[in-house]
Amino acid sequence: MARWAMVIDLDKCIGCQSCTAACRAENNVPFAGPEQSELGRAAFWNEVLFEIRGEYPHVEARIIPRPCFHCENPPCVKVCPVGATYQREDGLVLQRYERCIGCRYCTVACPYGVRYFQWFEAEWPEGMDRYQNPDVPLRPKGIVDKCTFCVHRLDEGLPIPACNQACPTGARYFGDLDDPTSEVSELARGPRAMQLLEHLGTDPHCFYLEEGA
Amino acid sequence: MEVNEHEAILRPLEHTGRKFYVLIAFLLAVIGWGIFAYFRQLRLGLGVTGMNRPVFWGVYITNFVFFIGLSHAGTLVSAILRILGAEWRRPFTRLAEAVTVFSLPFGAGSILIDLGRIDRIGQVLLHARFESPILWDVTAVSTYLISSVIFFYLALIPDVALLRDRYAHAPGWRRRLYEVLAVGWTGTAAQNRRLEGIMGWFAIYLSLLVVTVHTVVSWIFGMTIVPGWHTAIIGPYFLVGAIFSGVAAVGVVAAVLRRVLGLQRYITPRHFNYLGQFLAALAIAWFYFTFAEVLTTVYGSEPAHLAVFFAKFREEFSWAFFAMFFFCFLLPLPILAWKRTRTIFGVTLAGLSINLGMWLERYTVIVPSLSRPRLPYEWGTYSPTWIEWSITAACFAGFFLLYTLFAKLFPVVSIWELHEEAPEPSGVREPAGAEAPSP
Repeated sequence: MARWAMVIDLDKCIGCQSCTAACRAENNVPFAGPEQSELGRAAFWNEVLFEIRGEYPHVEARIIPRPCFHCENPPCVKVCPVGATYQREDGLVLQRYERCIGCRYCTVACPYGVRYFQWFEAEWPEGMDRYQNPDVPLRPKGIVDKCTFCVHRLDEGLPIPACNQACPTGARYFGDLDDPTSEVSELARGPRAMQLLEHLGTDPHCFYLEEGA
Repeated sequence: MEVNEHEAILRPLEHTGRKFYVLIAFLLAVIGWGIFAYFRQLRLGLGVTGMNRPVFWGVYITNFVFFIGLSHAGTLVSAILRILGAEWRRPFTRLAEAVTVFSLPFGAGSILIDLGRIDRIGQVLLHARFESPILWDVTAVSTYLISSVIFFYLALIPDVALLRDRYAHAPGWRRRLYEVLAVGWTGTAAQNRRLEGIMGWFAIYLSLLVVTVHTVVSWIFGMTIVPGWHTAIIGPYFLVGAIFSGVAAVGVVAAVLRRVLGLQRYITPRHFNYLGQFLAALAIAWFYFTFAEVLTTVYGSEPAHLAVFFAKFREEFSWAFFAMFFFCFLLPLPILAWKRTRTIFGVTLAGLSINLGMWLERYTVIVPSLSRPRLPYEWGTYSPTWIEWSITAACFAGFFLLYTLFAKLFPVVSIWELHEEAPEPSGVREPAGAEAPSP
């Protein structure tokens, strides 16, 4: 059994957000609109975060693309009262949309903020609904969803999530962490590899390669 | 027991003024408005609230913790003071237990109001996962609700039997209600002995349950690794806060009922003096926990925890934090500590202040922590909408409505339990000299 993992090279990432756009199209992530985004309700299964560090004149911007990390020890799975959030044998942390009761305990428990709640019934701008991906179910209002590492692709033997495919600089790698010869397993063991909030012990299956190495 | 002696307690059951109907109409209007707001939320989605990412929980969860806290009133005053043999509890027991029984539905209900998919509530039974603290809570709160309703009912039986005999000519539904609830009580020695025995054991069981329930409520927060929640102190801190607000509520309710229903003879300044002393001790305990928590956070200075602290201390939630401190400690403690202000009015004022402060405490525990997640580029803020305020108002109105209807149908002072306590001869010549010396 594979153990899926992603590696993102921060040196190669140019912050173009192609991954975000590709993910939105692939996974039918609905548009929130400017008003709701202002309220903090925009959904990005793959969000490109901009971290500004330091003070003028020594300011540094860091770009961090962030999918769901599919942690080895997922805090979200632990707290779900109905088992709507669960971890598969291949390490994927997935959501049963038909079972979720919308208590949002998982969204609160996730230290990375990768889980999204459907505040309203999803709406698509005029004509856009024709381009929905039939392989990915639409989510009703009142439940939680999140990045699946494009599980619909993996299960059909296509081990490359949409975000990886769309990346113009090849900053993203995907593969089996348990295969010692795979690219991701080699990179994840390399000296530049790090995980976000490593000290929490969640052991994300998404590794970053530090910048400036 | 002599019934005529206690006419005053039964008077509200027999005479209904216009004010009663005005109050009921007002409460129903508030509840109706709240139901309208809830249906709007149900139809459109939780987006009509002020909640967002990262503040996924807001006023509803605050109400949940607050009402569960309030519910500790009855059990504490009635069960624990019963075990301790505190005689002064007697006129309070029923009105305190009623606070418990009528606030719990709104605590549990607030969780349901907060759900995104209430229609799937059956999933909790079908796929219950006991690793989730929510399931611990479902278990604890439902056990507590059932147990306190039983305890409440047991203590009600002898009085219901009294009503059954007294109102033999009341309208049919009311007579039947008393008849069914009295379960054939005739007040024989054997019945009395059995009831006292059960109540004694129940009091012990409920006292243990008080500790469990509010600790488990806090663990919903404490078990996560959210900064500001993930502390061992959160359990005892919540428990002390719950008892604090519960006892304060008993003071307020007792003062209101005393005035409105004319129970001056039963609930005297002496009782408020005891309650005030108890509350003063709880205020100090509450301060101790707050201080311990704040000092640990600030001294440790871990960035994620400090961010939450500063959100409360000097950023957008500072109004709530300082208001909490004022209403929970600075205002009530001097009133309660000083014998001259520990009057009925003083205890009522302190009680109202403490309950407002404790609601704010729940709010400042829940919201600021969520607004400052560990990844700094995910920060957010929260302001509730009219939907949330309307539903909150409806919850409070619902509590008052249940209480008012109860007070109309049943005696709020337990008549049969009174006969064991020496009656208060000084009942009418208050307030001068009526106050008992401080122990």
